[in-house]
Amino acid sequence: MRVELIVNGTERFADDVWPGESLLFTLRERLGLPGTKNACEQGECGSCTVLLDGLPVCACLVAAPQAAGRDVVTVEGLAVEDQLDPVQEAFVETGAVQCGFCTPGLVVMVADLIRRTPTANDAEVREALAGNLCRCTGYEKILDAVRLAAARVAS
Amino acid sequence: MVSRSTHDHKPLIYEVRGGVGESPVRPDGTLKVKGEFAYASDLWLDDALFGVTLRSPHPRARITGIDISGALEIPGVYAVLTHADVPGTKHYGLDHSDQPVLAIDEVRYEGEPVAVLAATDPHTARRAVGRIVVSYEELEPLTDARQAVFDSSVPPIHPDGNVVRNQPIRHGDPDTATAEVVVTAEYEVGMQDQAFLGPESGLAVPAADGGVDLYIATQWLHVDRSQIAACLGLPEEKVRLTLAGVGGAFGAREDLSMQVHACLLALHTGRPVRMMYGREESFFGHVHRHPAWMRYEHGATRDGKLVYVKATIVLDGGAYASTTKAVVGNAASLGAGPYEVPHVSIDAYGARTNNPPCGAMRGFGAVQACFGYESQMDALAEKLGLDPVEFRARNAVSQGSYLPTGQVIDSPAPLAEMLRKAAATPMPAARSTMELGELPGGYGNTTHGEGVRRGVGFGVGIKNICFSEGFDDYSTATVRLELVAGEPVATVHTAAAEVGQGLVTLQGQIVRTELGVEAVTIRPADTSVGSAGSTSASRQSYMSGGAVKAACEAVRAQVATLVGRAEPDIQLTGGKVVSATTGVVADLADVLADGAVEETAVFRHRPTVPLDPFTGQGDSHVQLALCVHRAIVDVDVELGLVKVVELAAVQDVGRIMNRESLEGQIHGGTAQGLGLALMEEIQVTDGRIRNPSFTDYLIPTILDMPPMRLEILEYADPHAPYGLRGAGEPPTLSSTPAIVAAVRAATGLPLRRIPIRPEHITQQ
Repeated sequence: MRVELIVNGTERFADDVWPGESLLFTLRERLGLPGTKNACEQGECGSCTVLLDGLPVCACLVAAPQAAGRDVVTVEGLAVEDQLDPVQEAFVETGAVQCGFCTPGLVVMVADLIRRTPTANDAEVREALAGNLCRCTGYEKILDAVRLAAARVAS
Repeated sequence: MVSRSTHDHKPLIYEVRGGVGESPVRPDGTLKVKGEFAYASDLWLDDALFGVTLRSPHPRARITGIDISGALEIPGVYAVLTHADVPGTKHYGLDHSDQPVLAIDEVRYEGEPVAVLAATDPHTARRAVGRIVVSYEELEPLTDARQAVFDSSVPPIHPDGNVVRNQPIRHGDPDTATAEVVVTAEYEVGMQDQAFLGPESGLAVPAADGGVDLYIATQWLHVDRSQIAACLGLPEEKVRLTLAGVGGAFGAREDLSMQVHACLLALHTGRPVRMMYGREESFFGHVHRHPAWMRYEHGATRDGKLVYVKATIVLDGGAYASTTKAVVGNAASLGAGPYEVPHVSIDAYGARTNNPPCGAMRGFGAVQACFGYESQMDALAEKLGLDPVEFRARNAVSQGSYLPTGQVIDSPAPLAEMLRKAAATPMPAARSTMELGELPGGYGNTTHGEGVRRGVGFGVGIKNICFSEGFDDYSTATVRLELVAGEPVATVHTAAAEVGQGLVTLQGQIVRTELGVEAVTIRPADTSVGSAGSTSASRQSYMSGGAVKAACEAVRAQVATLVGRAEPDIQLTGGKVVSATTGVVADLADVLADGAVEETAVFRHRPTVPLDPFTGQGDSHVQLALCVHRAIVDVDVELGLVKVVELAAVQDVGRIMNRESLEGQIHGGTAQGLGLALMEEIQVTDGRIRNPSFTDYLIPTILDMPPMRLEILEYADPHAPYGLRGAGEPPTLSSTPAIVAAVRAATGLPLRRIPIRPEHITQQ
C-alpha cells in the first residue's frame, strides 16, 4: 500500500508498505531517513523516538499506515541546515554523546521536554527520560546537556 | 607551557587549542546529534540483498538433515548457505578455532547459526528462512559448569574436553597457613549482557578481484580480517575491512558475529549483502560475561592483617572457547584483589558447556573475582569489628607490593589514599521529603517511607590494562603533515576502533600537542594500515595513543632533519619549528612547501610473560588500575526494592587526557556495575535464554542511576605514554561490590549472589 505523510515539513510517500510495517521501518528503509535508530523494536529503549503530530512516540510501535496524513518530526528535522537545535548543541558540548546510538531518540525527547516544561527540575527530567536507554554515559552528562539546553532556551 | 628560550616567545603564544589535557568536542559529535552518523545498520546500496541467519532452537542436538529447497522456492531468495558452502576453514575463534561458521553435525547452544540466507528485502528473507527444514536429534545439554570441570564422568562436548583452562596461583605457603579469624563463603555471579544499543550489523560488498569489502561495527578490524579470510579461503589482502559506525561494544564485538556470513553471501551472490540483527537475535548473536561460581576462604590476624586467601573460581564459558582462556587468567591473577596477602592459593577454571557462549565484557574476569574478594573483605571486617575502609587500607597494595603472581607493582598504586578519599566524600543530605521518585519503587507508589533502610558500602577493584600474558600487543599509526590551502594540516590513520569512548577525539589531541597544528583530520579506520589491536582491555589510549604519539615524534624528527636541526629539543608549535635553546627556527609551512612528511610507527608496550601453568607465577600484566566506589542505597526491606541514592568514585588515571571523556567512562562503567549488582542477568534455564529482550533484560535507566561524584587522581605511570593509565574498566569492577555492601548494610543479609533480586531481600 502507499502511505503519504509529512516528514520534517515535507510531503513524502512510500509505496509497497506492508500493513503491519512500523513507522520506524518506513522511515529507515523506504524514506532514506536512518537517523532514527532501531535498538529494540519493542518500545523499551526510546532510540526511535520521533514526534507524531507533536507528540513523542516510539516509531517502532506505530504502524506506518497509522501515520498516514500526519506530521512526523525525526532527528533529521531538528537542525535548520547547519544551525543545530540548542539540545543538539548541548549534547555535543557536554559529553552527552558517546557511541551516540541513543542520541537521536534522546535529542528528540529532550527537545519536546524543554518545549513543554522549560523549567523541569532533575527529578522531572529523569521521569521524562526514563524511556530512553543509554548504555555508555550513565546519564550524568545527559542531565548536564538537558540543564544547559534548558538554560539556553530560557535565556 | 613554560619556554626555556630566552628568545622571542611569540610562537609559543600560539599554542594550539584542543591538545592533551583539554576536552575538545568530539569530531563525530555533530553528525551523531543530527542523526547523520553512519552506523553499520545504516549502510545501504541500491542493489544490496538482506541477509538473515537461521539459528538452532536447541541447546544441544545432532543435525540429521538440512533441507533448503523450500526456502529457495520463494521468489526473491538469492542464496541459502550451510556449512558445506564455507570454502575455507570451517571454524573460527579468538584464542582457539572451535566455533563453526555454520553448524556442521551438531549444535552446541541455543541460537547457534545453522544456515544463512540472502533475499531482496528483510520481509522476504525472514519469511524464507522459516522454510528451511533442519532435522535435529536432541541431546542432553551439559549446563552445569562445575560439573563440566569437576565431574570426569561427564562426556566432553568438544573432542578436546570441557575445561578450556585451569590456572592455579600459588604464593607463599598456603597449604600450612593458619589464621586467627577465618571467613569462608560461596558466591555466584549471573550472566551479564553487554547490551550495546546498536545491534550487530554490516555490509559486505563483493569486489572485482574476487575479494570482498566489509563495512562493519567491530572492536578489532585486523583480528576480524584474519578469521574471515581463513574461513573464506582468501588471502588477507583480498578481505578489506572498514569500520562502520559502532553503537557501543563493551566486549561484545570482540568475537565475530555476522562477518563471515555476510561475506559468504556476498561472494556467493555477487551482490552486496547487508545484515542487521534485531535485539532478540543480538542476545543470541554475541558472547556474554561469564557467569561465575566462587568459593573463597580468607584468613586474617585479630589485628586485621590478611594472612591467606584460598579460592576456587569456576567461569562458565558456554559452548565455545572465545576468550575464556584470558578471562581465566585475569580471574586467577587478580583473584585476591589489590591487597597484600602472604599466602595465596587460587584455582581458576574456564569451562565449556551448552550454555550461551561467553567471552569479553568490560572488566573481563576481574569483575567476577572482585565481587568475591570484596564480599570477603566486608565479611572479615565485620567479624574483626573493624571499619571496612580501615581494614582494606591496612591491607592495601601500594607501589612495590607483590601480586600473588610474584609481579611487583612498579608504578603508583595509592589505594589507601583512594579509600580514605572515598570515605571522606561528603555524604548526601538525608532524605528530607517523601517525594515518591526518591524512594525505592519510585512512582510505583510502593512505599511512603515505611520499611526503608539506608546503607553505605565500599568496593575496590583492580584491573589489568592492555593485553597480558606474553601477548604481542601493538598498535600502528600513520601521521601525515602537509600543507592544505597554505596551512599545515595533520592526518592520522589507524585501524583503531572508535566505539563511543572518544578515541577519535584523543588522537586529535595528541597530534595537536605533539605537532602544534590545530587542524587534524582522522581518517576512517580500516585495514589498509597496520593493526591497532583491540578496543578492549582499556588499552587504546595507551596503545593507539602511544602509536600516534610515536608517529608524531617521527614526523617531528623528520621536520627537524629538513631544517637541518636534527636535535631532540626541536618542537613544533603554533605552526613554527622551535628550538628550546634558540627559539624559532622556521615556519612549518615553509618546511612543508616541498612536500608532505609522513611517518608510520608501531607501538608496543613492555613485554609480559605467561603465567606459569602450575604456580601462576610471572610478570603477566603491563599496567594495573584501581578504582574505589562508595555506594549509598535505600532499601525497602519489605518489598526487596533498592534505590541507589548516590555513587562516589575515586580513580587514579595517571594523567587526565580528556576530562570530559574520562568522566563519561567512569560514569558509564559505574552504571554497568550497578546493573550487575541489582538488575542485569541473562536468565538461562536448561541452556535456554529466557529473557532475550529489553523488556525482560533490564539495564539501568536514568531513574535507576543516582547522581555520581568523581575524584580523579593523577599519579603518573612512568612506563606509559603521558603517564596515563587505562580507565574504562576499573569502575565497572568496584561499583558492584560497593552497592552490594550497601544493601547488606541496610538489610543485614549476606547476599552472596548477584544480581540481587527482590526475593533475595524478602525471603531471608
